Amino acid sequence: MSLMDDDLRDLYQEVILDHGKRPRNFRHPEDANHQARGHNPLCGDQLVVYLKTDDAGTVVDAAFQGRGCAISTASASLMTEVVMGKSEAQARALFEAVHRMATGEDEVPTPPEGLEDDFDRLMVLSGVREYPARVKCATLAWHTMTAALNDEEEATTE
Amino acid sequence: MSYDVATIRAEFPILARQVRGRPLVYLDSAASAQKPACVIEAEAAVYRDEYANIHRGAYMFSERTTARYEAARETVRRFLNAADKREVVFTRNATEAINLVAATWGRANLGEGDEILVTELEHHANIVPWQMLAQETGAVLRPVPVGDDGRFLMDAFEDALGPRTRLVAVAHMSNVLGTVLPVAEIAKRARDAGAAVLIDGAQAVCHAAVDVQAIGCDFYVFSGHKLYGPTGIGALYGRRELLEAMPPYQGGGDMIRQVSFAGTTWAPPPAKFEAGTPAIAQAIALGAAIDYVEGLGLAAIAAHEHDLLTHATQRLSAIPGLRIHGTAPGKGAVISFTLDDAHPHDIATVLDRHGVAVRAGHHCAQPLMDRLGVPATARASFGLYNTREEVEALAGALEKVEEMFRR
Repeated sequence: MSLMDDDLRDLYQEVILDHGKRPRNFRHPEDANHQARGHNPLCGDQLVVYLKTDDAGTVVDAAFQGRGCAISTASASLMTEVVMGKSEAQARALFEAVHRMATGEDEVPTPPEGLEDDFDRLMVLSGVREYPARVKCATLAWHTMTAALNDEEEATTE
Repeated sequence: MSYDVATIRAEFPILARQVRGRPLVYLDSAASAQKPACVIEAEAAVYRDEYANIHRGAYMFSERTTARYEAARETVRRFLNAADKREVVFTRNATEAINLVAATWGRANLGEGDEILVTELEHHANIVPWQMLAQETGAVLRPVPVGDDGRFLMDAFEDALGPRTRLVAVAHMSNVLGTVLPVAEIAKRARDAGAAVLIDGAQAVCHAAVDVQAIGCDFYVFSGHKLYGPTGIGALYGRRELLEAMPPYQGGGDMIRQVSFAGTTWAPPPAKFEAGTPAIAQAIALGAAIDYVEGLGLAAIAAHEHDLLTHATQRLSAIPGLRIHGTAPGKGAVISFTLDDAHPHDIATVLDRHGVAVRAGHHCAQPLMDRLGVPATARASFGLYNTREEVEALAGALEKVEEMFRR
């Protein structure tokens, strides 16, 4: 493979392409008790994130629906897998860490304490750091999940 | 003389640059065109050789700069075949020119229930100023539908045209679909119905010669930067009687005849609409850009671009799952497309890695995206310097995209 293809593969790793083509938890759970709409006005991408939390504040179900690019779809798909079973606080901590990783705010991406393995799975999203126009694609689902936890109706990347 | 694209390319310094180790394949001229050395030099020369503010400077540099600024106005007049150079107002761009008409002619002439007709394929710049005006005056903005292939539907237009139509504002060429509208026929019908006509020429001026008198429009607007000229400069053509009657746009220096605290009177057009120090060097360089494209010949440019468009349409149509949006007969050199399995932003990112610059998104035409039923498209647009080899580079990179995202 040429160098150019390698560069592209940093962004479009197999995991991204796989989750982009076959997103997990791509459904609307009827018993979700939190949901929010996410919108990226730059590209018109829209998604809805659904969460179900129990009395202890644990995320017992996470899902999404919508249309977007490979990166935003893969990010949403991975997110639903990773936050399932986490406490609200852990889900928020993952959002903060993913945001810092994607924007390049952390030169060396730092996982939230106790969530090293989960964060490791999300490191496939770090390729967007080299593509400023695509950072918002990777963070849209996470902004939307946070809005859902805050019981806000809508999140935008603007 | 035949059209020598290699010689032409050598006049554009940026085309010699590499992107990520590959030659730049610039297919985004519909967003903004690259600049030939003569335009870059014309702008630099203003500052380097004899720069001063224009008008009222009783010294050599000011007089000379004023003369060159006004000569650029004459160049624009000739370019549009306006009857009189006082019908040419310099603006920042086409968007500002439309806003100028909305804020002055529009406020003075539109009232409750009056109708403004646009088409579904307009750029936001030819929608939003009218929406704002409608909100303020109680006028109604009516979109005329376009065909599935992006063509202008004269029947639908005639149906929409009525006794309350005060203004028809349409693109000369669609920035998304490439559709070229029959603006002379549109203008004739609009004027027969007693409506004024504004043509948004932002996309059209770089592809074919424009004659505002033959079109018979009241207003025509364009931007310099899409015409191989500088950013920050554009022009409004307005029929003289209308410009005379219109109130000013912004207040300030240069647009007045007499100022006192008891009251102020306006300068005649075009000065009435050019408050403050304008983009002097950019206007002069716009004149150089017009001289440049006229030197090549707009008919020769159009023929070259048509060849690229035909070739690209064939090559892209052969890519599995690729759909071209906008196939109206006689369209200009713009191809919007979607791929079944790849999002336009993923397409643009992968193409960028191959050195191919295209645009992805809604192209400032969200109502048109809704009409087409897509959230976004990718768009390749061709200019006078593009080549068949670049079309090949685009097609080759798109084949890789299709392979990569195929489900």
